[in-house]
Amino acid sequence: MTYVVNGRSFDEEPGPGQCLRTFLRSLGHTGVKKGCDAGDCGACTVWLDGAPVHSCITPAFRAENHEVTTIEGLGPPGQLHPMQRQFRDGPGFQCGFCTAGMIMTSATFTETQKADLPRALKGNLCRCTGYRAIEDAVKGVTGVETAAPGKAVGTSVGAPAGDDVVTGRAEFTMDTDVEGLLHLKVVHSPHAHARIVSIDKTAALAVPGVHRVYTWEDVPRRRFSTAIHTDHLVDPDDTYILDDTVRFVGQRVAAVVADTVGAAEEGCRRVEVEYEELPAVFDPEAAMADGAPQLHSTDDPFVRDSGRNILLEIHSHIGDVDAGFAEADVIHEGTYSSPRVQHAHLETHGSIAWVENGRLNVRTSSQSPSIAKVKLSHLFALRPDQLRVFCKRVGGGFGGKQEVISEDLAALAALDTGRPVCFEYTREEEFTTASPRHPMKLTVRLGAKADGTLTAVQVRNVSNTGAYGNHGGETLYAGGAAIMIYRCPNKKFDGFSVYTNTVPSGALRGYGMTQPAFAVESAMDELARALHLDPLELRRRNIVRPGDPLVAMHDGPDDVMFNENGLGQCVDLVAHALARAVNEPPPGAGWLVGSGVASSLHETAPPTEHLSEAWVTLGDDLVYELAIGTVEFGEGTSTAHVQIAANQLGTTPSRIRLVQSDTDRTGFDTGAFASAGLFVAGNAVLRAANAVRDRILEFAATHTGVHVVMCSLGDGEVVCGDQHVPLAELVALARARGIRFTAARKAYGSPRSVVSNTQGFKIAVHQVTGEIRILYSVQATDAAVVINPAQVRGQVEGGVAQGIGFALTENYQVDAGGAMANPNLRNYRIPTYADVPRTELLLVKSADSFGPMGAKGMAECCINPVAPALANALHDATGVRYRALPLTPERIYSRLKENRSIRTA
Amino acid sequence: MDLNTITEVVRRPLNRPGADWREGDAWLAGGTWLFSVEQPSLRRLVDLTALGWDPLVADRTGLEIGATCTIRDLYSFAFPDDWTAGTLFAKSCEAFLSSFKVWNSATVGGNICLSLPAGPMITLTVALEARYELWSPDGSARTVDALDFVTGDHQNVLGPGEILRRVDIPAHALRKRTAHRRFALTRLGRSTVFLVGTQTPGTSDLLLTVTAGTTRPVRLAFDALPDASTLRQSMDAIPAGLWFADPNGTPDHRRHLTKYFAEEIRRELSAGDVP
Repeated sequence: MTYVVNGRSFDEEPGPGQCLRTFLRSLGHTGVKKGCDAGDCGACTVWLDGAPVHSCITPAFRAENHEVTTIEGLGPPGQLHPMQRQFRDGPGFQCGFCTAGMIMTSATFTETQKADLPRALKGNLCRCTGYRAIEDAVKGVTGVETAAPGKAVGTSVGAPAGDDVVTGRAEFTMDTDVEGLLHLKVVHSPHAHARIVSIDKTAALAVPGVHRVYTWEDVPRRRFSTAIHTDHLVDPDDTYILDDTVRFVGQRVAAVVADTVGAAEEGCRRVEVEYEELPAVFDPEAAMADGAPQLHSTDDPFVRDSGRNILLEIHSHIGDVDAGFAEADVIHEGTYSSPRVQHAHLETHGSIAWVENGRLNVRTSSQSPSIAKVKLSHLFALRPDQLRVFCKRVGGGFGGKQEVISEDLAALAALDTGRPVCFEYTREEEFTTASPRHPMKLTVRLGAKADGTLTAVQVRNVSNTGAYGNHGGETLYAGGAAIMIYRCPNKKFDGFSVYTNTVPSGALRGYGMTQPAFAVESAMDELARALHLDPLELRRRNIVRPGDPLVAMHDGPDDVMFNENGLGQCVDLVAHALARAVNEPPPGAGWLVGSGVASSLHETAPPTEHLSEAWVTLGDDLVYELAIGTVEFGEGTSTAHVQIAANQLGTTPSRIRLVQSDTDRTGFDTGAFASAGLFVAGNAVLRAANAVRDRILEFAATHTGVHVVMCSLGDGEVVCGDQHVPLAELVALARARGIRFTAARKAYGSPRSVVSNTQGFKIAVHQVTGEIRILYSVQATDAAVVINPAQVRGQVEGGVAQGIGFALTENYQVDAGGAMANPNLRNYRIPTYADVPRTELLLVKSADSFGPMGAKGMAECCINPVAPALANALHDATGVRYRALPLTPERIYSRLKENRSIRTA
Repeated sequence: MDLNTITEVVRRPLNRPGADWREGDAWLAGGTWLFSVEQPSLRRLVDLTALGWDPLVADRTGLEIGATCTIRDLYSFAFPDDWTAGTLFAKSCEAFLSSFKVWNSATVGGNICLSLPAGPMITLTVALEARYELWSPDGSARTVDALDFVTGDHQNVLGPGEILRRVDIPAHALRKRTAHRRFALTRLGRSTVFLVGTQTPGTSDLLLTVTAGTTRPVRLAFDALPDASTLRQSMDAIPAGLWFADPNGTPDHRRHLTKYFAEEIRRELSAGDVP
């Protein structure tokens, strides 16, 4: 039998039940990705005799005597297929994990298909871009620009990895071939709460190829938090690598290590576990009630009240809300629920660990290799020099990889066996065991004078942290952003983060701010209606303005300063945009039309300790090497870092060589989350680049005798007065004296400013079916100084699309036993191309940021106003208020009759 | 995904496969569903596509669809002009959640035998009054009405080792007028409800097929076009337990949508013969 891939013959034979995807990858074609392994996402698309198929659901043997084409065969670097060039120059990607599949699909489109992209692209999921960038790429619209020397900032330069991404050569975590690799699979708990009485490994160990079975008795009895933060004291140490009690359906019970995935799976099926089932509790209010099952009996000082399952309780009262409500003309109160939602980054979690020269190496899919290293060093009692953690390109994160949930088991097995070990999540494991967004229920009470002036704001938030406390505390505090946005002398906040027997919640774009934004912004809309005020006008009267203190739960952070009315400008821009779009027609008869708005604001960096260190070195090849710990997973920080360096060093991005996300080769970096990748690491890059520039200029000044203020750094030369000194000459002179132009600089997440935005929607709602169609979407955002216009646009569009998914299409369903009922992309519906409208982006360019060059991170804030703006538009259209997400048709239709003016079938 | 428990694939089965059917066997057609979920109980795959069954044979009596006919072939099928109901072929294909890429491999028979409530090939063939030819492992064959094949969510009348060989659609059904309605919770998502109405030209009869909303297809026959309230009553008579609950819809919403769209179909077909 012969298999021909990209014109080359292979004699290898696939296994009888092997799919084409893994067979092609085993032959070295790692451009063929695994997003779902179930035919739903299209990341694995290849051609079989020129016709596109999903290789994960194609039996490998079917390719025999047929011609297979993968992304690697479509066009190598230098000979790109037009569609590859279009995706590079669009740019039509962010993390790049779906890109090969997108290109292999789009490159086959007929003209008819190009005219119907919603249908033609329905088999390809992208979680990053929001699809506008993909549409533009398919249509050949170019957004990437070339930067002139020293002028990179403000230019839409392409990502450094662009060519590699579109040719399938960009290495993601699993895209490597390791000799002697063992595979680890996990036995998951079928019970929501149980004590493990015994585990019998015998039958599992008897499976040919199985090397080890690990249980709670085989792991270091050392507690940790899977949450990634530089300050580990902000999360409770309540988790063991493997435990003798399981607290949610899906929790790890045992890990099996074997020569092949198949043997490890078989081993898992044969591990015999005896459980003693314990009563379980799923609702946080019930978990706080007397007599509720207790999840933890830890003595960790972080945990507030383990007897009542309370991880953290916050009570704050500023001013006097009772007096505030007493002077109010109108009081509104409502309770708003945001459900659990999943990141659905297309690359699943996974790590490969091995021991080399006595050191542990971990290659992982993480948003912070630096902190992952700290965690592993704690767990396995390793000195910092005894381990290295690094990331290649990562396929999406959105906060999901701000969590150490795959590195620990891979490291454990590698340290124990001395062999390289791979632990790769399945898509189902992503849904059932990786940390989704915290479900939160917020009761909001607002008092206002007749003119709209707020007199009292009271919020009670009950957050479900799930079985463990990772991120449970910080997300609860972060909710203050939704209260801080409005000026009011009287504010009261009561927050509870509560353990329940459900999958542990975690970090997700908008981190603890998205759910409170849904509640407060919905409540503000209801208040506006009660006051007969325009919702935007109500915001204009109450938003914080320069000079106002930022007050949420305490007297206010002391390092946050803003002196421009960015939010006020966003409100005005959206008001004008919606007025302009007022004549959008509904899709037909039977549709109700309405519009809605919402605003959000938060600090440009997180409050607790964050730091990053950048190293810049001018090499003998006259290329500047920029070493920074930040990972690239589509957030675009690599592009921005290179731009900042090129800008300050008077050169072009092509002369910057980026070394990143490797604890052996870069300094410490907090990680790419909470906008720290741009704000913190970006500042470190700026300072290191400036320092190297200054060193070169001082050297040149001394060399030429021209005063340093008369010297400037250009592309490949220093201009000193009227002399042009080639950089090569300066480098050679410096080397002769043992001098290297290099600098390391650190930056912190303080001082900070604020970032803000306003979202507007016009929607149509079908009055019988409950279907929502978005007629118009606009977001105005205070982007401050824009480093890369195409990337800023992409981040906002992606955030809006994800927000639309969380608000309208995604429905994380849990059965009576606490298990997820729809743990796959077929039934947990992230938006497809057809579900996402174009969003008009309006920029406010404030100058009050402490970020690099005055920039502000754009990846997070964009998602916060999306759901409330939709709920407010839905109310406007139907006259019915929906206070629980998601806003799916079956939930909408069932309440439409509450408004008697609507005819229902 | 890799099906790691599979130890053998029968690449060239007997022309009448099934004689050596055993526990742990699965018939393999496109494989697009089989390879999309874990199959830990399976040991052997028997490849039916190797048998080379004719995908589409049209003649005076109607259309014969081989069970291994791909969705792609059905979608691009150039049917005779007088088969007015032929437009349903493409519409039913477009009702798949999966994209055109999956249609390159997925088969008509595979979709029917998977027997999901939202299987559009079930909708199509029930609406067009098809009969299915089933081959038993003992070499015998039987024919069932498409309506009776699917018995519930992921359940059908096939015995162990029995296969669906072909679908026969009678010519008279292909010459009918049709109207259809479909709803999904997302724009091009999996069907929440999918209804097809057909009407014999020159008559006022109505054959209304209700699928996706119910765990098995329901077909209502009216000799003359019912009025709105009669239609509503016949919808209300559908047993409550048949309305399907899954992540793609709730029973209440499905019943509500079905009644709404049934009425729309009734009105469309009462508008008189289209030229």
